[in-house]
Amino acid sequence: MEREKMTELAKALMELNEQKVYQLVGEKLNNGVSPLDILAECNEGMAGVGDLFSQGQYFLSQMLFAAEIFKNVMKQLEAVLPQAQESTGKNKVVIGTVKGDIHDIGKNIVVSLLRGSGFEVIDLGVDVPAEKFVAALQESGAKVLGLSALLNFTYPEMKNVVQAVTDAGLRDQVTIIIGGAPCNEQVRQFAGADYYAEDAVTGVNICKKVYA
Amino acid sequence: MLIIGEKINSTRKSIDRAVRAKDVEVIREEAQKQLQAGAHMLDVNCGTLDARDEPATMEWLVQTVQEAAGVPLCIDSPNYKALAAGLSVHRGKAMINSISGETERFTNVLPLVKQYGASVVALCMDDRGIPASMEQALEIGTKLVHRLLDAGVPVEDIYFDPLVRSVATNPETVLETLQLMEEMSARFSGLHFVSGLSNVSFGLPERRHLNRAYVVLSMASGLDAVIVDPLDSTLMALVYATETLLNKDRFCMQYIRSYQQGKLKG
Repeated sequence: MEREKMTELAKALMELNEQKVYQLVGEKLNNGVSPLDILAECNEGMAGVGDLFSQGQYFLSQMLFAAEIFKNVMKQLEAVLPQAQESTGKNKVVIGTVKGDIHDIGKNIVVSLLRGSGFEVIDLGVDVPAEKFVAALQESGAKVLGLSALLNFTYPEMKNVVQAVTDAGLRDQVTIIIGGAPCNEQVRQFAGADYYAEDAVTGVNICKKVYA
Repeated sequence: MLIIGEKINSTRKSIDRAVRAKDVEVIREEAQKQLQAGAHMLDVNCGTLDARDEPATMEWLVQTVQEAAGVPLCIDSPNYKALAAGLSVHRGKAMINSISGETERFTNVLPLVKQYGASVVALCMDDRGIPASMEQALEIGTKLVHRLLDAGVPVEDIYFDPLVRSVATNPETVLETLQLMEEMSARFSGLHFVSGLSNVSFGLPERRHLNRAYVVLSMASGLDAVIVDPLDSTLMALVYATETLLNKDRFCMQYIRSYQQGKLKG
């Protein structure tokens, strides 16, 4: 995305202009902009940060700084989100970062958004083995499983989880969504998942569709 | 780290000449070069002039430097009349360099600190001179800071100078200085520490290496302001690097910005 075409908020986040990001988010919330729209702008900014990092223009600590700003924005948004909808206790989602990976920023964003949208989320954390996903699905009866990863060598593990769900006889009752940096359509096909979510908002929309 | 540029000092011949001739261009250039190199504040000193001429010259110097640089200045003179003259035309929050526990200096400079709400360099010495031992330094320093606080000077406005000596003549001086800063910092939360670099390496070759190592060591013990030549790019790079290593540089952003501005090549 070219810098000129970015929204002011996305650009502020990409440029790590911390105070401006919080200020813009605050203004938007006051003006009644939906948290999901704000999040979409922030996603764009985070993608910009990722690009700058890939190009060698940003350094590791700047990635972490961006993640910190994003985390604080999520806090700002969460203050608004829970009032959007009370959890019904029916719409359950099991989610976790697959075994071999401990990254959870993206997963946590999805968890916050899901909870904010009224889902009951069973968050299994990071480095989650396949059998734990299966056990949680059996216990909760959730119809959606979300698998997250950041490291690009984890996609065979995603396939492994899908296989475990199949072996447990749950595959036709559970919609499996994968998400995170290494995921794309090829990885979805390889793993045998139902959807790949490009960003958190897309993931939440898929969950809504499953339970619609 | 507060970087105070030291170069506008009439003990340098070019500055002495410029100050006497009221050469605006020379002063302007010295000011701007230091700012571009990363100075936050500039020290101004015209102490080589006759005491009678120093106040008027200081007034001119403060105005000239602020017009060129637009940053607050560290007004540097043992002559309180020169300090007063400089302060009278200074815009923004000035730093006074300096006060000490010496009776005359304390009595004359304190009213200026109060009147102008300036910050102040507090030299660790009294009527007995520079302390002879670490214990005495701690006693003198503690008393001096207490007197300033009692007079209503906020602790954040005090820049305590532990007065490091030449390591060639006083081999224990740096270790004692570090200890003094740590003790003072434990006694007075929020107190700043400042040091110049001209003493520590006095009498030794390639002084810049000693100066740079001294700054790095001192920063670990609390030094948070320094009066230096900011055009020493190696020193500046070490300052940025040290702040990062001491976890005083959130997400290493100052270090990265310095890199992006080409300031880490030294």
